[in-house]
Amino acid sequence: MSVIVLLIVAGGMVAAGFLAAFAWAVQSGQFDDTCTPAVRVLLEERPHTTQEGIADVDLDS
Amino acid sequence: MSISIADAPVTARREPGAPARVDTFFYDNAIVRLFAMATAGWGIVAFLVGLIVALKLVFPNLLPGIPFLSYGRLRPLHTNAAIFAFAGNAIFVGVYYSLQRLCKARMFSDRLSAIHFWGWQLVIVLAALTLPLGITTSKEYAELEWPIDLLITGVWVAFGANLVGTVLRRRERHMYVSIWFYLATFLTVALLHVVNSLELPVSLLKSYSMYAGVQDALVQWWYGHNAVAFFLTTPFLGMMYYFIPKASNRPVFSYRLSIVHFWSLIFIYIWAGPHHLLYTALPDWAQSLGTVFSVMLIAPSWGGMVNGLLTLRGAWDRVREDPVLKFMVVGVTAYGMSTFEGPMMSFKNVNALVHYTDYIIAHVHLGALAWNGGLTFAMLYYVFPRIYGTKLYSTALANAHFWLATLGILFYAIPMYVGGVTQSLMWQEFTADGLLRYPNFLETVVRLAPMYALRAAGGALFIAGALIAAYNLYRTARQGTLIGDEAAQAPPLSPAPSTAHSTWHRTLESRPVQFAVLTVVTVVVGGVVEFVPTALVASNVPTISSVRPYTPLEIEGRDLYIREGCVGCHSQMVRPLRAETERYGDYSKAGEFVFDHPFLWGSKRTGPDLHRVGGKYPDSWHFVHMKEPAATSPGSIMPGYPWLYTSRLDTSHAEGKIITLRRLGVPYPEGYETQAAADLHAQAARVADGLKKSGLDAAADSEIVALIAYLQRLGTDIKTPVAAQTTGGR
Repeated sequence: MSVIVLLIVAGGMVAAGFLAAFAWAVQSGQFDDTCTPAVRVLLEERPHTTQEGIADVDLDS
Repeated sequence: MSISIADAPVTARREPGAPARVDTFFYDNAIVRLFAMATAGWGIVAFLVGLIVALKLVFPNLLPGIPFLSYGRLRPLHTNAAIFAFAGNAIFVGVYYSLQRLCKARMFSDRLSAIHFWGWQLVIVLAALTLPLGITTSKEYAELEWPIDLLITGVWVAFGANLVGTVLRRRERHMYVSIWFYLATFLTVALLHVVNSLELPVSLLKSYSMYAGVQDALVQWWYGHNAVAFFLTTPFLGMMYYFIPKASNRPVFSYRLSIVHFWSLIFIYIWAGPHHLLYTALPDWAQSLGTVFSVMLIAPSWGGMVNGLLTLRGAWDRVREDPVLKFMVVGVTAYGMSTFEGPMMSFKNVNALVHYTDYIIAHVHLGALAWNGGLTFAMLYYVFPRIYGTKLYSTALANAHFWLATLGILFYAIPMYVGGVTQSLMWQEFTADGLLRYPNFLETVVRLAPMYALRAAGGALFIAGALIAAYNLYRTARQGTLIGDEAAQAPPLSPAPSTAHSTWHRTLESRPVQFAVLTVVTVVVGGVVEFVPTALVASNVPTISSVRPYTPLEIEGRDLYIREGCVGCHSQMVRPLRAETERYGDYSKAGEFVFDHPFLWGSKRTGPDLHRVGGKYPDSWHFVHMKEPAATSPGSIMPGYPWLYTSRLDTSHAEGKIITLRRLGVPYPEGYETQAAADLHAQAARVADGLKKSGLDAAADSEIVALIAYLQRLGTDIKTPVAAQTTGGR
């Protein structure tokens, strides 16, 4: 079962990497606004095109 | 939306010296189209191979006597094609389409995109060539041999560089939640692949796993479960968070929940692997650890499912009409069902019932066909019209596809759920006298015949739907014109920071802390690579003194067992349950597997467990059985292996195999390799003589003799007195 050491080190490295990423994300303000990103995704279509069903964004939902 | 480069807005073109307010750039749709075509094409191949193996369980004599098309070799081809060719290409469609739009940037490098696409297709083609030839490591979803493993690593790095490069060049400060899912996919799959694929080559097409027995099993299912987690789940969740809002034109129900979902999911997922090894020889504490994390997984999983479904609140009228949303709803619902089943099956008592049965097959197909398949087809229906600047050719055909697929999944899954539980209950049933009610394993197989037939019908329905989809997408492409480079505009994120002199390394040098961290990580990785194999070899010392290494002939037989994919239908792990010890014999001990590179515990019992099969039948029984299983076992659905009787055993690597295995810690005496070939032929002659005495015409140099020698050795080490010699061995 010594292989568990390898898995813990490998898994730990991934976890540490994610933890660092999380810390960065929080500190750099990535998650300060949890409202507009969801809406902005819908708006990133080229503004001058008027494709059916894309242009009318329901902002009040 | 017929925007081409010609009529793209040019107002934003930079004047020298003037501050640029808006960048004009072009999304690369050509690469999305390539991956999308590959997804549809390979998907149909994967489904068709699946249908063939499903039919082989109903008609065992379908395509008989062709080694390349035997069940054991086609099954891994089916799973690999479904996971890496169909779902894999689908992931890349989703990433390449959505990432560019989320980052408001073209993919980092067109060259990397091309290397990624063609490299990935090359991997698939090599898999399609090697697996039917029996070139396999036998580790599930990691069957490809070491040269292809290296190729996969290179292609994956190209993908990752392209992904990270694009993220770094983004014109949108906030990284939408999908991007996080994609990054996690890249990083974790890279690590999983490398750790699980550590193997020592014997030749160009043959290698032995660095790990043995219990250790190999733990690493394999750490990989296997996380392949499901980080290949079939996280990238598809990223796609869900992009394509459901886009297709329904609704913001995601709770963006905050999506962030919580992501971080909680990735931190819990990676530790759940041991739930594939409950009641095996894996130490109990490791099993319990897997159960605990698996049960916890239900929270983030359902958080994601709820978030996806509730995004459609107020838009359910559109779900009624739009095939894209229909597929997504079924997909996300199936995700919820699968992730409910998962934690439930991780309880040991539930696992004792469903493990090794067709219940698991139903579970994975609910995930693969409905969740991965549903999201993939929804995405294809969404992406094709957009990159071709047209509408979907036929909504009616897409709706027909939706119903064929949904009904197909139900016809597939329900018979397999029923069949799995039925068979398991039959395995465990005792009479009032305390004897097995169905002592003959075959009785429990024959009972499943109608279920297997229904399953094949369900699969055929699903394929019919996929063919309609392919036609619909083809016509959609025909009626439109590919917008290979789609113009888009966005303000730049910040003034270009890099000058001509600044390289990535120079940037790094100006950040001493980051540089130090990277260096430490590099050193640690190097140290682990150096240290771990040594530690593993040292721990492979047998704990049961009577357990001995395989003889050269048994090694050859074992490699034939691997080549023919026997592990796809036969486990080698008797669980410590009364119904199993009664049926198969003493339960399997960890110490019995210390020389097993790789482990062959298996995950499915379409046929009986074989760990205690050694000595159970005479050699002559195996000889007759393997040629035509129905001859000894009327009604058997096992295919015959006539080519084992006519092919001469390839002994050219007998010496190399001993050397390689010794390097991995198997205690063959120094210099034994020179004697290996002679020992091999002597033992083969003894087995063949015995068969001839039974009136069977066995050639000593035929493959079947080696396979019989291996099977007769299985599980016998702890039966025989310590002093006794194993069958004709050293």
